[in-house]
Amino acid sequence: MAIDDGLLLLEQEQGLSQDQRAELWLGALVCGVIVLLLAMVVFILAQAWPSFAHNGLHWFGSGGSVDHQIESIFSSANNLHRPIYTFHAWPLIWSTMLTTGGAVLLAFFASLFVAIFMVEFAPRPIQRVLEPVVRLLASVPSVIYGLIGVLVLVPFISNHLVTQSENASVEPVIQLTGGSLLAAVVILTVMIAPIMISIFADGLRAVPRGWLEGSLALGVNRWRTFWKIAVLSARPALVAGTVLAAARALGESVMLSMVSGSVGFAPNPADGLIFLFEPSRGLAATILHNTDELSSPPMEHTLFAIAAVLMFSALMLSLVGWATKAPFRRHFLVGGVAGGEHR
Amino acid sequence: MSRQTAVQPSVSWRLSDRLGLAMAWSMGLLFCLVCGAIVAYLLVQGVRYLHPDLLWTNPRVASGQNDTGGFLAPLLGTILVTSVAMALATPIGVGVAVWLSEYARPRPLARVVESTVEMFAGAPSVVLALFGVILFRASFMGFLTEKNGGVVYGKGFFPAGAMLSLLALPLVVTSVREGLRAIPNHVREASYALGKTKIATIRRVLLPAVRPDIITGSMIGAGHAIGDTAIIVILLGDTFQLQGAGGVPLLGTLRGTGSTLTSYVFDNAPTGDLNQPNKAFAAALVLLAMVLVINVLVDVFGRRTREQKWT
Repeated sequence: MAIDDGLLLLEQEQGLSQDQRAELWLGALVCGVIVLLLAMVVFILAQAWPSFAHNGLHWFGSGGSVDHQIESIFSSANNLHRPIYTFHAWPLIWSTMLTTGGAVLLAFFASLFVAIFMVEFAPRPIQRVLEPVVRLLASVPSVIYGLIGVLVLVPFISNHLVTQSENASVEPVIQLTGGSLLAAVVILTVMIAPIMISIFADGLRAVPRGWLEGSLALGVNRWRTFWKIAVLSARPALVAGTVLAAARALGESVMLSMVSGSVGFAPNPADGLIFLFEPSRGLAATILHNTDELSSPPMEHTLFAIAAVLMFSALMLSLVGWATKAPFRRHFLVGGVAGGEHR
Repeated sequence: MSRQTAVQPSVSWRLSDRLGLAMAWSMGLLFCLVCGAIVAYLLVQGVRYLHPDLLWTNPRVASGQNDTGGFLAPLLGTILVTSVAMALATPIGVGVAVWLSEYARPRPLARVVESTVEMFAGAPSVVLALFGVILFRASFMGFLTEKNGGVVYGKGFFPAGAMLSLLALPLVVTSVREGLRAIPNHVREASYALGKTKIATIRRVLLPAVRPDIITGSMIGAGHAIGDTAIIVILLGDTFQLQGAGGVPLLGTLRGTGSTLTSYVFDNAPTGDLNQPNKAFAAALVLLAMVLVINVLVDVFGRRTREQKWT
């Protein structure tokens, strides 16, 4: 409203005060950022439309080999009168779900305990070292994690965990090279755990000391006090950290394209433990894997369709986080993530 | 933070409590172990393969690992693209944060802006990269990148930097907003009482006071931008050397393509096109050192922010 008023004034050319002009400029900047986001959503959906329109809901289904489909989509650019769009993305979606879900689940429990340890139980020297190390690990580029994964974990899995007979049993379909679901989940867990730990720890630290002391004074032991009071009242921080880490895991492309084996294959848990050693490739990694093929229009539409699905999932994730945090807002420390006030 | 000094023996606790405590300790120690292993491994491998002349030579196409040169161009590329990103993200981020914290006048608009910033924070970087592909392929953006016979190439430092700035933007906004929130209202009122207008107050009182937050925010943002690979691989062109477009020295380089340390590591990993793990380790160590320096700087400035007291 203020902006409309301002524009009206501008039209009348009554000298605006410097103050009003500044507000207008800042408002315009802010609107520009919103327009940019809208442009992103519209452009990506527009580019993705042909792929969705052609496949309908089968886009999300399974059927055929994804890698073969991608190949024929790419080469159909030579014959633009009959572009091929047939694409069934289920293996990619399934891979993203497995890696993201597995890593978030593992990292959540590990990070919760590490954060408790770091905030409450660790001896002073360990605490002093641990805090900056967590912050450093949270900002280590994912390509470095990928490098470590592909040079340490992947050879280890292929040399020590995968047996000859297992390799032979899947021979006709895929090769177990070590780049696997297991490697992807483990490295992804190590990658997102520091993000979770630092947000969890901030939330735990922001719990007023008096609440804990009250409980201790009643004779409740230290663990129970911390578990029942600090952890419960830091729930918004737990949700925030999990959502942020899940978003990072969902959008991770580089590291996963390095360690997950990069084969469009859906590991099947019904096969037994061997599915952990089977390669796969997530949605984001597929985009990165095929960027050179953006020159082919049908391929471009397909890749943008994948991007649209990723974007939509990220949006859903932040909505879920927002909805989960909302009920706490009245009763608990929402400022917990910001921390600082109670220190 | 104060700690309990009295040490309780945990022998008398319930089993579940003791299990929890054991879990916390073991997870904590396991985490320390993993961290130590990662850092030590990188240090050992990096130092073994890092020679000073790697930093001074450009990558070349050659057959053996000894002849392929170093990573001067990726190193410069990292610095350049991060500078472009921060030159865009810092002013925009400060502007958005100031508007959100000081004006935010049509309330619904403010809420929309908040969720927009949050959306950018959650957007996967591949998605941003693909958005950059469409945006900078448009002909009206052609002046920013190399053109080849009327076809806009759409790859270069400007597109990559612009998309990285979207990645860094939410971090700058959050940090500056927090700084502005920490300034008590009576400071603003004192300025108004002296007859200053709102914008004058912002410029002369509030912005100088949040300068450490601006620096911290843009440092954190730069740390993120340095580490991103997807945007670089898709939008920077991933060429061996800085390939300038046009004659003007710096502007030509910025319009041209290049690579960064992250894409260098990506290409030199066994899964990449070049497969020279030794070079990848050396570059990874340099990259890690840059991130470490940024982290230390953030810590230093962060401490200064906390020391600032309003009475």
